[in-house]
Amino acid sequence: MPLRFAAILILSWLSIMPSYAAPDGATLYARHCAACHGEDGEGGIGVPLSLPSFQATIDEDYLHRSIRFGRPGRVMPAFTHFSEQEVDAIVKHVRGWNHSPAVKYPRTPVKGDARNGRQLYAKYCASCHGENGGGGKGTGITLPRPRVTAIVAPALNNPGFLASATDTMIKATLRKGREGTPMPSHSKQAFKEKEINDLVSFIRSYARSPKAESATLIYTESATLTVDSPYDMKTTIENIKRAVGSNNYIFIREQPLSYGLTPEGQEDPQQHIIYFCNFNQMNEAITTDPRVGLFLPCRITVVEQDGKVKMMAVNPKRLSSIFNNSDLNEMCDEMTKRYMAIMEEATL
Amino acid sequence: MKTLKIALALLFISFIAPAAADQLLMFRAPQSYPEAMSALQAAISARGYKTTRVQNIDVGITKTGHTIDYYKVLFYGKPDEVAHISREHPELIPYLPLNIVMFAEDTDTVVVTNRPGMLADFFPDPELKPMFMRWEKDLVEIFDEVREAR
Repeated sequence: MPLRFAAILILSWLSIMPSYAAPDGATLYARHCAACHGEDGEGGIGVPLSLPSFQATIDEDYLHRSIRFGRPGRVMPAFTHFSEQEVDAIVKHVRGWNHSPAVKYPRTPVKGDARNGRQLYAKYCASCHGENGGGGKGTGITLPRPRVTAIVAPALNNPGFLASATDTMIKATLRKGREGTPMPSHSKQAFKEKEINDLVSFIRSYARSPKAESATLIYTESATLTVDSPYDMKTTIENIKRAVGSNNYIFIREQPLSYGLTPEGQEDPQQHIIYFCNFNQMNEAITTDPRVGLFLPCRITVVEQDGKVKMMAVNPKRLSSIFNNSDLNEMCDEMTKRYMAIMEEATL
Repeated sequence: MKTLKIALALLFISFIAPAAADQLLMFRAPQSYPEAMSALQAAISARGYKTTRVQNIDVGITKTGHTIDYYKVLFYGKPDEVAHISREHPELIPYLPLNIVMFAEDTDTVVVTNRPGMLADFFPDPELKPMFMRWEKDLVEIFDEVREAR
């Protein structure tokens, strides 16, 4: 009898096992990583994770920390909502592409002369990684042209990188290089060990510098921009159209907010969207980061409630941080100012 | 000394401001651009949403002399929800209808939108959160369906 009871207990436990199943690294990777790093880790926007020379110079700790911290201001977000098990599952999936002996880098610092490292960096590294370690430009998407490089040079001054990479890992990468990317092997270039140590010390010194501009995002509180209009709905809409033109935008179309949702003619006449655009500015934004289409085209919604008319728009400055791309800071700040300029002009 | 260094390293890590959290949903569709667009619209419709309009950003940009491949923004929503929100929570109006960006990159089709759950940070009204989370659940399903279609 006790045996039968135990068997039932075990079977019941097994039946609920799926709900406690380990996270599926492949599915998590496909959902959260593949768009940038490629379905098979071939890269694109992000680092080519399956590249043998990449796998040969990293350890699991580096991947784990990179997922957790991301790269502030450099597109790669911080996956703070993942459980430890989920991060482990993704790391395991990514490490499935590794065919080299797994390494584990100690966290012992590499001692070198950072001043000499600075000079070496300026001569050999700055052309790709940037004068101040800010990395290559762009998201890696070469819209609409074919890709010319598989990877944007990483920002070595990025707090996320510095928190993820140990000195010993940076040293190994310098020595071996990353075959298949523009990163050469410094050992093959006849660098002495001392010089490599000096470079590592210099790169580590970024951690003691003020936060890099390329790692800084703009934050603001309000998610929307709202301006009260002293005019009625019709006049406000006409004023916006005129203000759009005087601010170097082209009026595209006007439609009820519920357009396409309710049968034609039954839309709410007290909620209208005005779409407008500056195509050169739009092209520049998309070239900088193609994901910004979420803002596009520019639009202001005019709403009449309780006899009062309001103009409303998204606040690009607030939205900019969702892209984690510091190259958008200035553009989004400027867009917020232009939205406000148009809406304020419409009240005159 | 060694303990001090480890303590300093840990202190450094604890002060790191992580990158902006993952606030976008994004994937590469395995289909050609037109097929991916059709699949996306079908998946949206299957969950009770209506595509209100597809804005051809690529057409406008091409007309002004720039070169660009497919680049479109799809707007969608549920009629009752949009009517209810715009009446009860007019502060959300600038974010309506919801939208998804779809663009071609080389031979790939990239689909991207913001996580609706992110709107809970923008508009912290507890009444709205279940709706944002429902939108997010639907979107994850929609994106999974298009991504997994071969």
